[in-house]
Amino acid sequence: MCGFGGYFGAVRDGRALLERMTAAIAHRGPDEQGFFTAEVAGLGHARLSIVGLEDGQQPMSDTTGELTIAFNGEIFNYVELREQLRAKGRQFRTASDTEVILHLYDEIGEDCVSALNGDFAFALWDGRRRRMILARDRMGVRPLFYTRQGERLYFASEIKALLQVPGVVAEIDPIALDQIFTLWAPIAPRTAFHGICELEPANLMVVQEGSVSIRPYWSLSYPDRDAPARHRDKRAAAEELYALLTDATRIRMRADVPVGSYLSGGLDSSITSALAAGMAPGGLKTFSVTFDSAEHDESAFQHEMARALGTQHSAIACGAGDIAAVFPDVIRFAERPILRTAPAPLYKLSRLVRETGLKVVLTGEGADEVFAGYDIFKEARVRRFCGRQPCSRIRPHLFRKLYPYLPGLRQQSAEYLASFFGASGAALDDPLFSHRPRLDGTAATKLFFSGDLRARLSGYDAAEELVTRLPESFARWHPLHQAQYLEARFLLPGYILSSQGDRMAMAHGIEGRFPFLDHRLVEFAAALPPEMKLKGLVEKHILREATKDLLPPTISRRTKQPYRAPDSQSFVGPGARDYVQAALGHAEVSAGGLFNPKAVAKLHEKCSHHPASGFRDNAAFVGILSTQLWLTAFAGAGSSTAKAA
Amino acid sequence: MTDTIRDAVKAFVIENFLFGDTTHAIDDMDSFIETGIIDSTGVLELVAFIEDRYGITVADADIVPANLDSLARITAFILSKTASPVAA
Repeated sequence: MCGFGGYFGAVRDGRALLERMTAAIAHRGPDEQGFFTAEVAGLGHARLSIVGLEDGQQPMSDTTGELTIAFNGEIFNYVELREQLRAKGRQFRTASDTEVILHLYDEIGEDCVSALNGDFAFALWDGRRRRMILARDRMGVRPLFYTRQGERLYFASEIKALLQVPGVVAEIDPIALDQIFTLWAPIAPRTAFHGICELEPANLMVVQEGSVSIRPYWSLSYPDRDAPARHRDKRAAAEELYALLTDATRIRMRADVPVGSYLSGGLDSSITSALAAGMAPGGLKTFSVTFDSAEHDESAFQHEMARALGTQHSAIACGAGDIAAVFPDVIRFAERPILRTAPAPLYKLSRLVRETGLKVVLTGEGADEVFAGYDIFKEARVRRFCGRQPCSRIRPHLFRKLYPYLPGLRQQSAEYLASFFGASGAALDDPLFSHRPRLDGTAATKLFFSGDLRARLSGYDAAEELVTRLPESFARWHPLHQAQYLEARFLLPGYILSSQGDRMAMAHGIEGRFPFLDHRLVEFAAALPPEMKLKGLVEKHILREATKDLLPPTISRRTKQPYRAPDSQSFVGPGARDYVQAALGHAEVSAGGLFNPKAVAKLHEKCSHHPASGFRDNAAFVGILSTQLWLTAFAGAGSSTAKAA
Repeated sequence: MTDTIRDAVKAFVIENFLFGDTTHAIDDMDSFIETGIIDSTGVLELVAFIEDRYGITVADADIVPANLDSLARITAFILSKTASPVAA
């Protein structure tokens, strides 16, 4: 796990540029740095040593010196691949997974990515064919960004490295902002930075003189709704799931350093921790976040699980003021506006892991997308159920059951519940049916956009663009699978794995590993009948069945509690940080030009006096504050456009 | 009387839910939910406003879109609650 940057094309003082780019992302690889330059290519690398500690330096070249790679991430099946390559006569100089990619590319070309089981992004310079190969893992765990300046292409693990390139300007992309304030994340390849793109997950980019091609090498897909189910026997499916998950965890325990585990107290991280505990020589270290507020805290479950597994458990408390204390840093690492503060506690958690001396942790991330754990899947099912009897006064009460932690819903009548969730008049054939209430509710935050920003957007609709990105087969999938696709294909890489995942962990040089996102498990789960995943309103049914002997019943049967953190209330009241007042003040909001300063002032006042503000107000508050902090961090002095330093 | 109530409620909605944005035209019959003006927490804020301002108690059974989902409906609801009882 590391960071890299580089370029394709003739660049004057290439080595010096690589040094600046690598220095900008040194937090991703604090152990060592390396550089490679050729006539029309350059690679810089910051290394976090995890596999092949002594001989895994990068950029790494093959014995001919014609192939050179800079690689971020891990290839978990590198042991098996190395044996297969050795059987073909390949000789290895190192114990690293990096060298396996070099040999595999030499053997079969860029299609080698299909053989890799891992979380990776890499840039491979093929000096023979004078071309650069950029690739990214299937689910989008590891990041890779790029931009063009004339004939030259620059790329890096984080955007802050690209801002070192002369001529690259840090300017907010208004379309991306609209997407964030509707979908919670930009639609890749768009990023918050105008002119800077993200290589989409599961994509390959081949760059050579005069041409750039990008193509997917894998895609997430589900069976047609009417197709016969491949897995009809629940017990057999549960056994296969358990075997796959065990193996996915086993190969993610491969490292030349100890591997720890996050433990939230929920089902998913309890499963990965339980599996890892049996594979960790010397015992497993587990890590949690605790909150002062009862509605967010899960420490009782964390302690129960840690006791049951006998792990060495550490927790970091996230109290009043803690989120505000780190939020500017969170935005600097996330490199985009965000609508929730949930990444901030994870930023603190990765710092705790680093302080204990670990570099690698397993997490339970991905299970909710793969096995239908999110409330939104149940919500969509209830909405369809209500839609069949729009006049029913009984059916809408099911919404209350979905969100027991939202006091605003507990007190609502059936009529209001039906109205809020669009249960009576929703278009059942809307491809975004499952997510429409969330999208509409989030888009209400655009009320705060300035007149100038609205004019620049001139009627743009992020949800409409999202529909254009859906595959042709989408319409033939079961509604649950359609909803799962929207989560797994867009929000997972666009927000969960990036803003909450890679960027918060790598801020402190911590590598997260995700057993539930092993592509074998993802493909297996996608082929399961919907009712095995969401049985009635019980989420992750088959996963619970497969792992029920692994966990205490209180954890195994626990209803999902979404991971949330206090939002606007983190920034108001006694002890509020000065930067909040400044960022939301009339002068800075006016200078940024993106929001209506008077409306922002009223929102700030409202959230200060009513800490239990609703979703729209909280999302708007955090979104506006983070956008203002983004401007300060990247565009300078609150302006939405500025030259990079 | 009707206009006074309507104007007061409209001013509250603009201030509290639209944060002073008067470019967002609200017609008397516009649905607050369909136009995204009010969410589930907003309904509770609206009820608190009505109770405080007009000294009435809004029963749980009265918290339904038919009473509260537009300026016209709220105005009619408040009028019905504040009207003097008619002698039999």
